[in-house]
Amino acid sequence: MALLKISDIQASYGASQALFGVDLEVGDGEVVALMGRNGMGKSTTIKVICRLLKNSSGTIDFAGASITKLPGHRVARMGIGLCPEGRRCFSNLTVYENLVAASRSGEWNFERVVELFPRLGERRNQYANSLSGGEQQMLAISRALMTNPRLLILDEATEGLAPVVRQEIWAAISKLKAETGLSILVVDKTIAELANVADRAVILERGKSVWSGDFTALTPEISEQYLGV
Amino acid sequence: MISERFLNYTVALLILGMALGAWVMDEPFLITLTTKAVILALAGVGLNLALGQGGLISLGHAAFFGLGGYAMGVLASHAQNFTPIMETPFLIEGTNSMPIIWLVAIVVSSFFAFVIGLFSLRTSGVYFIMVTLAFGQMLYYFSISWPAYGGEDGLSIYVRNSFPGLNTLDPIQFFGICFVVLMVVIYGVNRLTHSSFGLALNGARQNAQRIRTVGLNPFKIQLIAFTISGAITGLAGALFADLNRFISPTMFSWQTSGEIMVFIILGGVARLYGPVVGAALFILLEHWLGGLSEFWHIYLGVILLSVVLFARGGLIGALSKKENADA
Repeated sequence: MALLKISDIQASYGASQALFGVDLEVGDGEVVALMGRNGMGKSTTIKVICRLLKNSSGTIDFAGASITKLPGHRVARMGIGLCPEGRRCFSNLTVYENLVAASRSGEWNFERVVELFPRLGERRNQYANSLSGGEQQMLAISRALMTNPRLLILDEATEGLAPVVRQEIWAAISKLKAETGLSILVVDKTIAELANVADRAVILERGKSVWSGDFTALTPEISEQYLGV
Repeated sequence: MISERFLNYTVALLILGMALGAWVMDEPFLITLTTKAVILALAGVGLNLALGQGGLISLGHAAFFGLGGYAMGVLASHAQNFTPIMETPFLIEGTNSMPIIWLVAIVVSSFFAFVIGLFSLRTSGVYFIMVTLAFGQMLYYFSISWPAYGGEDGLSIYVRNSFPGLNTLDPIQFFGICFVVLMVVIYGVNRLTHSSFGLALNGARQNAQRIRTVGLNPFKIQLIAFTISGAITGLAGALFADLNRFISPTMFSWQTSGEIMVFIILGGVARLYGPVVGAALFILLEHWLGGLSEFWHIYLGVILLSVVLFARGGLIGALSKKENADA
């Protein structure tokens, strides 16, 4: 049974409709890549899942229950951990404070997070706004992990980072997948790096899911057609 | 560069030293002046929790200050007249015991803070300021038109309320009570600020949506903080009423809210000792500049303006050369 299942989601920002029917499933322990060119509705879909944007039709089920009517913080408590686009840390809290402000008990704690990202341990008492972009990204991922989610959502986790740092983050994601069996929904544009971790892919075009299947079935033709690469 | 912690200890010791020095030199007026600064600082510490940590710019904290004052006034006036507050359905007598009055002041002001917060926290920004101001003004006009406790003229309480084992009419003993209360509250607020609740409150100020995505309800966090904040300011109101042995609708006025906010801005927003430094400076200026000119508020305005323009982070920020409060 799917951990997260959304079907036929439509959503609008005021008068302009952004989603015209998105279907998506994430199974237990599965890593799903949500792909598509800019402006195709990836981030909007994430917002709808996290209940930061109301959908006008369609259903969202998480862990066997409908979450369509719940407010954002309740959904997060049920186990959806979001690492938002643009590494949004609390800038005038320290690394440690950023992490404990959000923590809920479970297997993830400060020590485990530092094991995954040793740099955060070194920067423990530094303010988040003094960290480099990559470190802020690591902090944002760790903050989501500290809530002990069942589903981790990574929205453009490697955008605008140096190649070395990207590798470090991708390595951490692979490690998460191999060691914890956490379900992950990852939004990204780089097929080569996604290929190492993603089991399946869903492609959006103009607010609709137009292709979904095993990542290995993502042929160059398909990616050429929908992603322009 | 001075560390903020060292600065905080210095400020606390200076205030204590001021009162003890005045006691040794037999200057009861100076002790009372210091006590006033301590009590106003306490009101500021209350507001600072909402304003500094929570980013909730409340222009209605005089409501809680006044409620605390009137809690003292109502209880003590019935005690001095030997009339019960109410007889049916059950008897409630007045009291002149400070701890009971404090408890009532805290309960009443936190209840009102909870209700006011329930409505005002649905808004933000300038609307939040206006809604809190409106609630404050409601209580102000209510107190003016409530003849039972003096109405517009206010109400005098002839004897200061009692505290077990102490003579509260002795200025230095009353100062001691107020100083200990302030220190205890500051300790509590400091613990709260560094708890995960405090960090979440800080996060909700920066970005409510981010707090939501990690599973916390910003509304609830801010409501709790606002309630605690109101309770502290209410306690300060009860002490202030006891200091003057007089209550009046002025305690509820929006100028009072503004003054409490001025303490925080002078001393440093979100700094633990910001309101303490601010209130002490305010009293100092009021006393000193007030002696020079009737229009001392003009000079205060100039000073406030220069602090806002040139000393980001208030006086504590300027002295410790750091724009952000210590973690």
